[in-house]
Amino acid sequence: MLDIAYMGELVPVIAGYVPLTLFMAVVAMAAALVLAAILAIVRVLRLPVLDRIVAVFISFFRGTPLLVQLFLFYYGLPQLLAFMTNINGVTAAIFGLTLHFAAYMAESIRGAILGVDRSQWEAAQSIGMTQAQLLRRIILPQAARIAAPTLMNYFIDMIKSTSLAFTLGVTEMMGAAQKEAAGSFLYLEAFLVVALFYWAIVEVLSVGQRRLELRLGKAVAR
Amino acid sequence: MSCEIRIDGLVKRFGGSTVLNGIDLHLKPGERVAIIGPSGTGKSTLLRCLNFLDRPDEGRITLGDLSLDAARAHRDEILALRRRTGFVFQNYALFANKTARQNIMEGLTTVRGWPEAKAGARADAILRQIGLGDRGDSYPAGLSGGQQQRVGIGRAMALEADLMLFDEPTSALDPEWVGEVLDLIRRIAGGRQTMLIVTHEMQFAREIADRVVFMEGGRIVEQGPPDRIFGAAEDERTRAFLRRVG
Ligand SMILES: Nc1ncnc2c1ncn2[C@@H]1O[C@H](COP(=O)(O)OP(=O)(O)OP(=O)(O)O)[C@@H](O)[C@H]1O
Ligand SMILES: [Mg+2]
Repeated sequence: MLDIAYMGELVPVIAGYVPLTLFMAVVAMAAALVLAAILAIVRVLRLPVLDRIVAVFISFFRGTPLLVQLFLFYYGLPQLLAFMTNINGVTAAIFGLTLHFAAYMAESIRGAILGVDRSQWEAAQSIGMTQAQLLRRIILPQAARIAAPTLMNYFIDMIKSTSLAFTLGVTEMMGAAQKEAAGSFLYLEAFLVVALFYWAIVEVLSVGQRRLELRLGKAVAR
Repeated sequence: MSCEIRIDGLVKRFGGSTVLNGIDLHLKPGERVAIIGPSGTGKSTLLRCLNFLDRPDEGRITLGDLSLDAARAHRDEILALRRRTGFVFQNYALFANKTARQNIMEGLTTVRGWPEAKAGARADAILRQIGLGDRGDSYPAGLSGGQQQRVGIGRAMALEADLMLFDEPTSALDPEWVGEVLDLIRRIAGGRQTMLIVTHEMQFAREIADRVVFMEGGRIVEQGPPDRIFGAAEDERTRAFLRRVG
């Protein structure tokens, strides 16, 4: 049977690692958003040369497993690049998550940009706006609204994916549970507790997501 | 606000087909010119080329002291040209994320760098002129077609352009809204704004235009004062077209 008392003891232990998990997810998400927006713009504007490079980048990061990418960054690249020798697990995880999710998010943002009525581009050009002005003031705000629900899903996915950082030796929620289980041999209890933690965090976010969608829906009734 | 406008030898090709076949057109300051002609003749393309929404392949566009060689025009010249030509779209093309007032202000704040307050005051004045003094805070989705098109016209008016381009400004509208939009354009025309208007409203063209241009197959076939074009066109193609549209 489940050792409920042991699970109770684990709750504060795992809770202590929630901030690190959220930190990695939030930092990687913020960086991925910026990178994804840039990649999406390169693709939409079909900038010569860059467009090809970005296409390959996106294809690679969507076409290989996140775990393999993380191992490449943490164990592989330092053998090639001297300055990466002292990269710590958290940094490598944030780096890998950023690139991986940016590749996926770039495709959603690109779709959202193309979802903004073409005539609004022309109208913005017709009053003399530069490409940068019309993207920033007219197209991206509307694309953000279109992409928001999908991007929220990626954020939720991102939080769950931070658990892979434990394979780089990072003691985050999953790593902590693993250590506890290794000492107590109560694997079921330890991993059940950590699963419940992820579930709770994702549920809280899902409520936030529904609220956000309602608000966006109201802001500009289309 | 008023300068001579010259279009010389404008050519536009799409792939293999030549859509504008050497257009020459000169407009005197304050002149109002209506363009008529069958569908697919290049009327929209001509207007779009004048704003570089489509890039012309050959020819020269001159607005007062600004003169562009279409084939060689660079970015800054194109932006300058666009800032001096207002475009009114058939489907309004309002910025959906901006209110009516913000749609009108956008060109003043972002493009011309006016301070908010000055641009806001100008936008309010324009909102009153277009009869939407009380709807400035509405988003496009909350406005009727006629109201949206009036905002579209207001946005172009804000530029105080040397030349206003109207591409069938009423043909996407439900019949009930056509009158109010034509009234507004009539008033702008009354202010001697230089304009080039593509329209299927023959009665309207006859009434507001100083000159009517008939286009077919990417060329100007015939042009002249409305009474002559509508009453005694010289070219058989013009007469055939006018018989068809009634
Ligand atoms: N982006 C484009 N690519 C290829 N062909 C185009 C493009 N835009 C217009 N054309 C072609 O150019 C020709 C002229 O089109 P345009 O829209 O200028 O005609 P129009 O006189 O405005 O017709 P309408 O009265 O139907 O609006 C048409 O044959 C059209 O198919
Ligand atoms: Mg047309």
